[in-house]
Amino acid sequence: MSRPALYGLLAEFTNPTDLVAAVHKAREAGYRAMDAYTPYPVEEVAEALHVHDRRLPLIVLIGGIVGGCAGYALQFWTSTIDYPINIGGRPLHSWPAFIPITFETTILVAAISAVLGMLALNGLPTPYHPLFNAPRFALATDDRFFLCIEATDALFDEQETLRFLQRLEPRSVSEVEP
Amino acid sequence: MTESVRLAPDHRLSRLRRPALVVGVVGAAALLLGFAVSREHFFQAYLVAYLFWLGIALGCLAVLMIQHITGGMWGAAVRRLLESATRTLPLLALLFLPLTFGLGDLYEWARPEAVAHDPILQYKQLYLNVPFFLARAVFYFAVWLVVARLLNRWSLAQDADDDPAIAIRMENLSRGGLVLYGLTMTFAAVDWGMSLDPHWFSTIYGVIFMGGQVLSAFVFVIVVAALLVDHPPLDGVFTADRFHDLGKFMLGFVMLWAYFALSQFLIIWAANSPEEIPWYLRRMQGGWQYLGGALLILHFVLPFIVLLSRDVKRRADTIAAVASVVIVARFLDLFWMLRPASAVYLSMHWLDVAAVIGIGGIWMWAFVGQLAERSLLPLHDPALVIER
Repeated sequence: MSRPALYGLLAEFTNPTDLVAAVHKAREAGYRAMDAYTPYPVEEVAEALHVHDRRLPLIVLIGGIVGGCAGYALQFWTSTIDYPINIGGRPLHSWPAFIPITFETTILVAAISAVLGMLALNGLPTPYHPLFNAPRFALATDDRFFLCIEATDALFDEQETLRFLQRLEPRSVSEVEP
Repeated sequence: MTESVRLAPDHRLSRLRRPALVVGVVGAAALLLGFAVSREHFFQAYLVAYLFWLGIALGCLAVLMIQHITGGMWGAAVRRLLESATRTLPLLALLFLPLTFGLGDLYEWARPEAVAHDPILQYKQLYLNVPFFLARAVFYFAVWLVVARLLNRWSLAQDADDDPAIAIRMENLSRGGLVLYGLTMTFAAVDWGMSLDPHWFSTIYGVIFMGGQVLSAFVFVIVVAALLVDHPPLDGVFTADRFHDLGKFMLGFVMLWAYFALSQFLIIWAANSPEEIPWYLRRMQGGWQYLGGALLILHFVLPFIVLLSRDVKRRADTIAAVASVVIVARFLDLFWMLRPASAVYLSMHWLDVAAVIGIGGIWMWAFVGQLAERSLLPLHDPALVIER
């Protein structure tokens, strides 16, 4: 089999409410391989698409715990084992003084894990994506809301899916070249 | 525009009113008995309990002003709960009066025989003397009462009239009002709390009080909102998203409390100077250290870990359960900060319990009464959306 003729069909909506309604109808119709594109996060869309990806919060949690433990361990090791100094007669293992840095390293590693984990799970950076072949898709960064039903879906049929999308009364439907 | 919705007389919150008054009256009677039996314990217990309930009302005033400035659906949804709490301030001003009879019992600087032998207290008399203390208290209450009264009056005017100028007026008053709250509460915390140990000082003390008050306000509002979710049409307002918002605030202020508390501790611990460290030494022995440890768990570690979960924050019953734990922790925090000034060993007198329940009963009675006075939702708040 050669390359599929299409990446998918892209429907354009002018507001998030219509997009959410369209996603619900598409799911009811049985479509699964689809994604939505909005200028800003719309939580209802993620719910309607049944995106249940909990991997990123877990990565951030693990990053935070690792950062906190590493920050504390670093201070413990430097001030009690590697280079012990008597500071005003305080114990070498002065935990209250270690807390601010432990907090900072917790946040630091959690934040870095969030960014890197997000990029890894997104598959970014992606030098080429077929969606950008659709000229109107650039409006997804402005004021339009898009639903793309992808050709890999089991129910996908160029004519049938096109009619289905048109019944949702979008502003436009365009074919996305692969 | 939202339709006016009154608290239903058969709602569980309304039915709470009478038992609250009974508890309050019984508690007041117990307090009177306690005053006769043990005058010293009475005033110490009363001060902690009073500052706990005053903290909820003042925290609500602060959050009310914050939401007038920031806007947002979370603020519009709980605005009437916050306003009702601020309308208990006249009652709280009245409840301050008993304390004025016990200044000599509570504060070393108010006992002339103690001041006579203490050069430091003699220097501090310029600020710490009874007439000036009372005048300052009058001033604080005057500021809080005026701000609360204006915000409540304009809010009622907004119900009758959708003139957008009213919202702008409330917003502008809130800007100045928050500054005034910051200043008055800093001095009030110094007067009523810090001066229990008149030799000791900490510049972040007032901020710890304010952070705690705002946290108290959020947990209180969360519990009341959770009680109101079955009250139509509030079920369309106190949605999972609203509890999520309030839960995030609660998580933020739990962390802020830990930040303030550690800031004070770390600086005093690091300096280890004889003027400052006795405050902590006193609270690290005689049983107080166990209460301090419990505070660390109940006021920070436990709510922090539990509130990281999104699902906990979005469900009314789970977030209210966490809020209830933090409310108890708020009282224990004040108890741990204030009570060791007069007690070397950790102990809870029956008057401590009677005071917090007695004042609380009367306060809850007043709060629910105020809540029933007006529509549970502001009528012309542009931020308010009811989900059907």
